[in-house]
Amino acid sequence: MEPTHQAPVVRLEGVHKRYRSGEVEVPALNGVSLEIPAQRFTMVVGPSGSGKTTLLNLLGCVDVPTSGRLEVCGVDILSLGNDAQADFRAAHIGFVFQTFNLIPVLTAYENIEYPLLLLKLEPRDRRKRTLEMIDQVGLAGLGDRLPNELSGGQRQRVAIGRALVKRPSLVLADEPTANLDSRTGDVIVDLMHRIQAEAATTFVFSTHDPRLIQRADEVFTLKDGVLQ
Amino acid sequence: MTVLKIAFRNMLRNRRRSATTALAVAVGTMTFLLFGAFLAFVFTSLETDAVRRGGHLTVFKSGYFLLGAGDPAGYGIARYRDVAELIRTDPEVAPRLNIISPTLTVAGIAGNFSGEHEASKTFFGVGKVPADRAAMRRWDEHGIGQRDATDDLLSDANPALGYVGVGLGRVLRLCEPLKIADCPAEKRSPTLTSGLAPALAELPAMDQGGSAEPDSPHIELLAATVGGAPNVVRLDLSGAERQAAKELDDNYVGMNLALAQKLVFGRDEAKVTGIVLQLRRTEDLPAVRARLNRIFTEHGLDLEVRDFTELNPFYAQVHRFFGAMFLFIALIMGVIVLFTVVNTMTMTVMERTSEIGTSRALGVRRSGIRLQFTLEGLLLGAVGATFGLAIAIAETLAVNHAGLRWTPPGNATSTAFRLALLEHPALILIGWVAIVAVATLAALAPASRGARLQVVDALRHT
Repeated sequence: MEPTHQAPVVRLEGVHKRYRSGEVEVPALNGVSLEIPAQRFTMVVGPSGSGKTTLLNLLGCVDVPTSGRLEVCGVDILSLGNDAQADFRAAHIGFVFQTFNLIPVLTAYENIEYPLLLLKLEPRDRRKRTLEMIDQVGLAGLGDRLPNELSGGQRQRVAIGRALVKRPSLVLADEPTANLDSRTGDVIVDLMHRIQAEAATTFVFSTHDPRLIQRADEVFTLKDGVLQ
Repeated sequence: MTVLKIAFRNMLRNRRRSATTALAVAVGTMTFLLFGAFLAFVFTSLETDAVRRGGHLTVFKSGYFLLGAGDPAGYGIARYRDVAELIRTDPEVAPRLNIISPTLTVAGIAGNFSGEHEASKTFFGVGKVPADRAAMRRWDEHGIGQRDATDDLLSDANPALGYVGVGLGRVLRLCEPLKIADCPAEKRSPTLTSGLAPALAELPAMDQGGSAEPDSPHIELLAATVGGAPNVVRLDLSGAERQAAKELDDNYVGMNLALAQKLVFGRDEAKVTGIVLQLRRTEDLPAVRARLNRIFTEHGLDLEVRDFTELNPFYAQVHRFFGAMFLFIALIMGVIVLFTVVNTMTMTVMERTSEIGTSRALGVRRSGIRLQFTLEGLLLGAVGATFGLAIAIAETLAVNHAGLRWTPPGNATSTAFRLALLEHPALILIGWVAIVAVATLAALAPASRGARLQVVDALRHT
C-alpha cells in the first residue's frame, strides 16, 4: 500500500494499549489521540512508565494497539499483515535506539548500508548513499570499524546514519542520548537536528533530556498512559 | 550475500562454540564415510570373490536349483556346447561377456587306499575347465587385487589332476604328501569304506582315470553313473586348498570337468549341471539375465538362470547385515549432529534475541530471520562435514598405504585391506549432503522460534 505523504505523518485516534502480566492486565496507553505533522522535530516526554516507549513502538509499527486507530504516512497500520508491516518499516521508518542496537558483526559502513539492502537498491546507488551518509554523520575514515571498535558517540552516529540512509518519512528515537555523556549527547542532538532540517524528515523522540526538549518543534507529554 | 556474510561472521564470532559444533559434525561425517568406505570395500571384496569363484550367472536345467543337487545326471544340460555357443555369439550378451564355462557338480565317496593308511569319506566335487577358471580368477572390476589363494591346482593338460579341501585331505590321511598342518596323531578306526580297496581293484580298468606315477598323492573317487552303476576314477592331487566353511572344507574336491564327466557319465553323452557366465561388469547382470531368459524362451530350451547372490546366500546375508549396521550407525551419527546443532543454534538465537528485534524493526521479514539462522546451521554443517571429509580422506590414504591384510567374512584366504572411499564419489556426496542437510534441518526449529518472536519482546531482551 502506497502511503499518502500529506500532513500529518502520524495520526492516532483513541488508541489503547494494554499488556497482560500474568492474570493482571496493565494499561500502557489510555485513549491517546494525536497528530504529528510532517518535517517536525517532535518530543514525547513523561516520567518512567508513562507509556513513551509504548507509543513509539506503535508509531514504529513494531507493536499494535489493543484498540483505536493508527495511521502512519496515511496507511492504516492495523490493515497490514506481518510481512507488509515489515516492508512498510523497511521503506518508511527509521529507528535510533537508546542502546544503539548495531549488528555487531557488520562494520560501520555495512550497518549503515543494511537498510538499503532491504530496499534492494542497485549496488552503485547503495554505495553512493552509504558514503554520503557516513560523511553526514561525521564517520569518514571509520567505515571499516566494527561497532565494538567505536566509542558510544560514534556508535550512535552509525545508528543515526542507519536510520536516515533510506530517507524515511519518520524517524523514531527512543532516548537516543541516555547512554551518552553530556558532551557527546549535545553533539548527537546537534547532528540529528541538522540532518532533520536537511532531510526534511519527521523525527519523534521519547526523552527525559532537557537539551532535546529545548530543540523540539512540538512536545507531547504522557502521564500514566494519558496524553496531557 | 549479506545474509551469508552475517552468517559466516557470526560463526566466527563465537569461535569456541562453533569449533566444538563443527567438530561434532566432523566426527559424525568421518564415521559415516569411513564406515561406508569399509563396507563398500567389504561388499566389493565379497562380490569379487563370489564372481571369481562362480561367475555372475549360472545357467541350470529348470528345477536343478531346487531339486537337482543330488541328481547331476538327471539334471544335466545336454548339448551344452551348443547352448554355450548360442549364448557366446548372442549380439547382446557377447560384448558384456568375459568368460563362459561349463561346470559339473558331483557327489560320491573319496578314498585314500595308498600306503599303510586306508581312509574314505563322502565328498562334494566340482568339475571345471582349468583355463576358464584361471581367467575367471583374474576378474577385478573393483581393483581389489589378487588373493593369497593357491592357484593352478588344476591343469588342462592333465585332466586327472585335482585338489581337495584341507579338511578332506586331513580326513583322508594326506597331511604329509599335501603338506597340511595341524594333523593330530592318528586314531585308527574302521572308515566308511573299509575293505573298499579290493573291490575298487576289481572295477573295469577303463574307468580308472589318470596316468601319474603310482607313488604320487592320489585318491579314488566313487560315484554312481547315469545308469546307477558304481564308477571309480583316480584323482592325482596337486595340493589342498582351504575352503571358507568347515563343512565345505571337509568335503570339497576340485577336479577337471573331463574327469568329473567321466565319473558321472562314463561313456554316455557328457553333460554339465551348469554353464557359468562371468561378465565384464556387474552392472550388466540384470540385462544379460533378461536376455538369457528371452534366448531360452525363443529356442524352447528348458533352462533357468540364477545369479551369484542366489547361489551364495552368505553374500546376501552379509550384505543385509552390514547394510543394517550402516543404517544404524548413520542414524546415531545423524542424531548426534542433530542435537549438537539444535543446542548450538538454540543458544545462538537466545543470545541474539535483541539483534533479531533490531533486524525486524529495520524491516527484515520473519522469513529473513528464519533464513539467517538456518543458513548459519547450514554453514556449521558444511564446515564440519568438509573437515570430516578431509579427515576421512587422510585416514583412507593412510590405511590404504599401510599394507594391511585381512580375511573377509566367508573367505579362507587373506587379501589387501583397503578403504574404498575415493572409488565411491556417490558415498562422499551422499554423506556430505546428508550431514549438511541434518545440520540445516536442526537449525530450522530454533530459527523458526526466533522468527516468530514479537518485535517488541525481542527488542526488550537484554
